[in-house]
Amino acid sequence: MLLYALKRLVYVLPVAFGVSIVCFLLVHLAPGDPLTAIMPIDATAAQQAEMRAAYGFDKPLPVQYGIWLWKVLHGDLGASIASGRPVVSEVGRAVGNSLILASLATLIGFGFGTFFGFVAGYFRGSLLDRLASLVSILGVSVPHYWLGMVMVIVFSALLGWLPSTGAGPGGSTAWKFDWEHLRYIILPAITMSAIPMGIIARTVRALVADILSQDFVQALRAKGMGEWDVFKHVVRNAAPTALAVMGLQLGYLLGGSILIETVFAWPGTGFLLNTAIFQRDLPLLQGTILVLALFFVGLNLIVDVLQTALDPRIQRG
Amino acid sequence: MNSTLPPIVEAKDLTVDFAAGRGMIRAVCGVDLSLKPGETLALLGESGSGKSVTLRALMRLHPKSAKIGGGIRVDGEDVLALSPSALRAYRGKTVSMIFQDPGLAFDPVYRIGDQIAETVMRHEGVSRAEGRRRGLELFERVRIPSPERRLDNFPHEMSGGMRQRAMIALALACRPKVLLADEPTTALDATVQIQVLLLLRELQREFGLAIVFVTHDIGVAVEIADRIAVMYAGRIVEGGSVRDVIGNPAHPYTRGLLASRAHGTLGKDERLKAIPGSPPDLAAPPPGCAFGPRCESFIDRCAADIPGNLVIGEGHAARCFRAGGANEMAPQLS
Repeated sequence: MLLYALKRLVYVLPVAFGVSIVCFLLVHLAPGDPLTAIMPIDATAAQQAEMRAAYGFDKPLPVQYGIWLWKVLHGDLGASIASGRPVVSEVGRAVGNSLILASLATLIGFGFGTFFGFVAGYFRGSLLDRLASLVSILGVSVPHYWLGMVMVIVFSALLGWLPSTGAGPGGSTAWKFDWEHLRYIILPAITMSAIPMGIIARTVRALVADILSQDFVQALRAKGMGEWDVFKHVVRNAAPTALAVMGLQLGYLLGGSILIETVFAWPGTGFLLNTAIFQRDLPLLQGTILVLALFFVGLNLIVDVLQTALDPRIQRG
Repeated sequence: MNSTLPPIVEAKDLTVDFAAGRGMIRAVCGVDLSLKPGETLALLGESGSGKSVTLRALMRLHPKSAKIGGGIRVDGEDVLALSPSALRAYRGKTVSMIFQDPGLAFDPVYRIGDQIAETVMRHEGVSRAEGRRRGLELFERVRIPSPERRLDNFPHEMSGGMRQRAMIALALACRPKVLLADEPTTALDATVQIQVLLLLRELQREFGLAIVFVTHDIGVAVEIADRIAVMYAGRIVEGGSVRDVIGNPAHPYTRGLLASRAHGTLGKDERLKAIPGSPPDLAAPPPGCAFGPRCESFIDRCAADIPGNLVIGEGHAARCFRAGGANEMAPQLS
């Protein structure tokens, strides 16, 4: 098992290398010059060239990549052009905030998703099944930025129960686990949980229905096991796939929550990406994308290893 | 066979109906079974004849939508009247089952040893360690090589034959009195088949088990059974000792089954004798005898009435108007 985990870890290295090249090139493929955004309009050509040299943009791309990679490997993602602060600390704080939001959303989504999925799978074809399926289809198909706005309108504007934007009182971006801060995370987390909830519910429904129709369930009953024991077997059989889906959803939420983070002004990676794109803040953009991509790679690794640990049929090759 | 013992399995006028579309389909219509301790009965029939349905009814394993009628008594208990908790205590303890495909009957993500231990814990309230000790004992008994190591196997790590041995070990874990076997050798290679049959016979003698053995293979039925009940379209059309049913078949269907087997080598131009037609649709059975449309001894009465059980000899009976009296017309089989 440990050997397998180490092996998988080694496989991650070439993937990470590829990811770094793509991250670097993508930003350079995008149209527009990062310097024009921060230079005064009347800057002379000489001033522009000087600035370009200062940021190293005058060197050939492979050399730029080499320098960038070397710095990245030493934990230096450069400084944000817009704010002048080191990218590492900006991304670090944003990742922390996103991680909290995405984890909470995934937990909510996973909890409700498995619940609805199990109910639907166990009572297939019944009214309960149709209700649960309706909820899960709504969760997947309702645009989540729209859902976010509706939540803000209802719970913030009309009822005034919860704050609409930000991550803490007074625009604070430092997360703390107290009620004052928790109030801010409720709406975005629920909004964000809709999609994983729907996807997990549908996956679990199909899984449960499939497992219940298998011979071994009848064999369990034939040896005198009660419904609760059968349920435990079903859970154990469904867990590997359900966990894999949950892991991937967490990955998507970490990077793909630009819309929700923007709607709720949540200071996470999505919000940061949005800002970086609009300000043409190349180092910040590169750094954020790289960190997110590596996160995804790491998450896949964890899910793979977990799945292998849970399902003996998967080869530990 | 000890004829003074009371039967341990007794089914009277057993019927099983399944909900299908708008109506109900009667898959088993009026089956009588009686089995003494230590006796083996083979339910012989083709797919859809109701043999597996009958077997599962003895354990009430059908979905709730299925209706079981008639009476079933096993070891003095009225099976159809058991409460849910009494039914769970009965399943696996008084009566246990081995399934056709052991590769599907084990939970794929649990170790075999744990699945056996789970059953023993459930019925005898012992510890997991004690349950696994019982598993080891049984693995030795069914002659699984290196049993200690095999207990830790997952189902996919065993061969088909070994899985079926493990399945037998699981079925015997709580010392049941009755074993229900649903085509347990069908999914196995021919050489492994005979090993499993021999093992079952040996264990039956040792444990004094009564076995109901469902199969479509006459050879297997002859090998394992004391008595054979031939099923067709939800009824037992002929029942009796192996010698009577095979040596002196009274029902045209039984004769057809026997004639459709290959004896030794077939000549180049010889063909296997098949029964013409196909089994009836249970949703719309033909009037009278269900075998009538395919029968070579068909008379008008066969389409009018359902034949009763005609006793031909001691313990040998058939549901055919022409059984006994019309026997000489049919080709005799050796």
